[in-house]
Amino acid sequence: MTAATATPATLPAPARRLGVVAGLRHTATLAWRSLVQIKHNPMELLDLSIQPVMFVLLFTYVFGTAIAGSSGDYLRFMLPGIMVQNALFATMTTGFGLNQDLTKGVFDRLRALPIARWAPLAGRILADTVKQAWSIALLLVVGMILGFRVGNGLLGVLAAFALLLAFTLAASWISVLVGVLVNEPEKVQIFGFMVIFPLTFTSNIFVPTERMPGWLQHWVEINPVTIVADALRGLLVTGPVAGPVAQTLLWAVGLAVVFAPLAVRALRRRV
Amino acid sequence: MTYAIRAEGLVRRFGDTTALAGVDLAVPTGTVFGLLGPNGAGKTTTVRVLATLLTADEGQATVGGYDVRRDPHRVRQLIGLTGQYASVDEALTGTENLLLIGRLLGLGRAQARARAAELLADFQLSDAAGRAAKTYSGGMRRRLDLAASLVGRPQVLFLDEPTTGLDPRSRNELWDVVRTLVADGVTVLLTTQYLEEADQLASEIAVVDHGRVIAQGTPEELKAKTGGQVLTVRPADPADLPTVLAVAGEVARATPEVAQTTVTVPVSDPDVLPAVVRRLDAADVRVAELALRGASLDEVFLSLTGHRAEQDADTDAMEGSLA
Repeated sequence: MTAATATPATLPAPARRLGVVAGLRHTATLAWRSLVQIKHNPMELLDLSIQPVMFVLLFTYVFGTAIAGSSGDYLRFMLPGIMVQNALFATMTTGFGLNQDLTKGVFDRLRALPIARWAPLAGRILADTVKQAWSIALLLVVGMILGFRVGNGLLGVLAAFALLLAFTLAASWISVLVGVLVNEPEKVQIFGFMVIFPLTFTSNIFVPTERMPGWLQHWVEINPVTIVADALRGLLVTGPVAGPVAQTLLWAVGLAVVFAPLAVRALRRRV
Repeated sequence: MTYAIRAEGLVRRFGDTTALAGVDLAVPTGTVFGLLGPNGAGKTTTVRVLATLLTADEGQATVGGYDVRRDPHRVRQLIGLTGQYASVDEALTGTENLLLIGRLLGLGRAQARARAAELLADFQLSDAAGRAAKTYSGGMRRRLDLAASLVGRPQVLFLDEPTTGLDPRSRNELWDVVRTLVADGVTVLLTTQYLEEADQLASEIAVVDHGRVIAQGTPEELKAKTGGQVLTVRPADPADLPTVLAVAGEVARATPEVAQTTVTVPVSDPDVLPAVVRRLDAADVRVAELALRGASLDEVFLSLTGHRAEQDADTDAMEGSLA
């Protein structure tokens, strides 16, 4: 019991405030904390990887010919969309992890430390963005192995990455809000299933809008998932770019403006 | 005398429930101060206010001389907190948990690593250092949790029910750690439901009930106030109950209580035990159980408040969900 001992003879007076640089350093450390877990639990990485890869394979070879005539054509149509779906599902990890921290007391421990107030949340979001980038890249690589070809070169790919990450960053505020409001982590996943499943399937990511019943088409056309998927198709394959990209960004801004304050307020209220 | 912790008139409400109804505390630097009370008494809420996790609706408090509301960042640099639940990241190893805290506190990579190794060795966790915390036993988790709150060498340590759910051996180990810390000058605010724990560690105890400090003093003072010990007698034949009641009341000079066939009475003089034995023997009463034991928290409560330390399920659940 020598090391646990305290109080050096002279202590500098503690600082009154924290700088932004210190806050960014705390954020990076807390992001490390979320990512280093993968090292001990490689299953988490498989979790992030298997579902999207399985979806790509299943849809390409089971439905591809029926929907688009050939699996190659279908892959070109579907891969950008499945990236959107996968990214939306992945936003749920943010709320899930946050809820775990809240229920297990880790969040309290962090808040009692002299660190930036926003660092615990920012660290988690940063780590989840890295995970997002990983699964988007994985989907693209798997798609290319199966015969997907990009239409606008590296620039198109980078723009698609940036756009999808921006959109998921905004959408993850919904996940944060849910993570703060529910009392156990599993409920975040239930929410994800109940909302994201119907939301993504009633878009044009798997089936072209014109092949759906008329009443559904109206919804599919305004579904933000359709808009983001169209933007990614434009950037990665071919088709209109400016319109869908602009609308996607508008949606991102809208989601962030609505849900970020709600989530932050709920978090303040809970802790 | 300097005070590491001072609180005046802390009030905190949660909706219609008043968790703190005006708590005053003064904890001298370098001592262990025990906050004793049942679930829902306001112990955790008090700690959360002092540790800057919660703001009080009324009243003020300073830790290490800094106001918890106006200077929370300074307070956080002085304190360590070990909550009711071992709040370690279960997916991380012991080393990584401590590295995380060290890095967040601004230690360099090598420094944080050295500090982690040092603390893990101190808490007999070196062998488990590379294992995920979810594989740890309850006692190991508590030790890791405590180690995590010591990474920054805090001057003031909050221990919120640190031994709840621990086996006696782990509990004794934790008590030793607390004693060592205090010998090194750390101030400890300890909350507990167990009189024995407060008795073992604290130089001063405040008894809290319904969000108020209802009694305060050294363990000896409190025990003296409450009679200190309890005599329990259970006659083998329930027909002897009236005789036992009469004898117990007369010898202890207090009103005994009866629960089923067991008679209990608070006593302040240990010499009553032989007297009771002689009297019962003379009256030809055969005894199934006869004991003199320290007053439990329940009895301290009964004598201080006039009511049993009821488990206030609602307040407890609320405190739990907010914790």
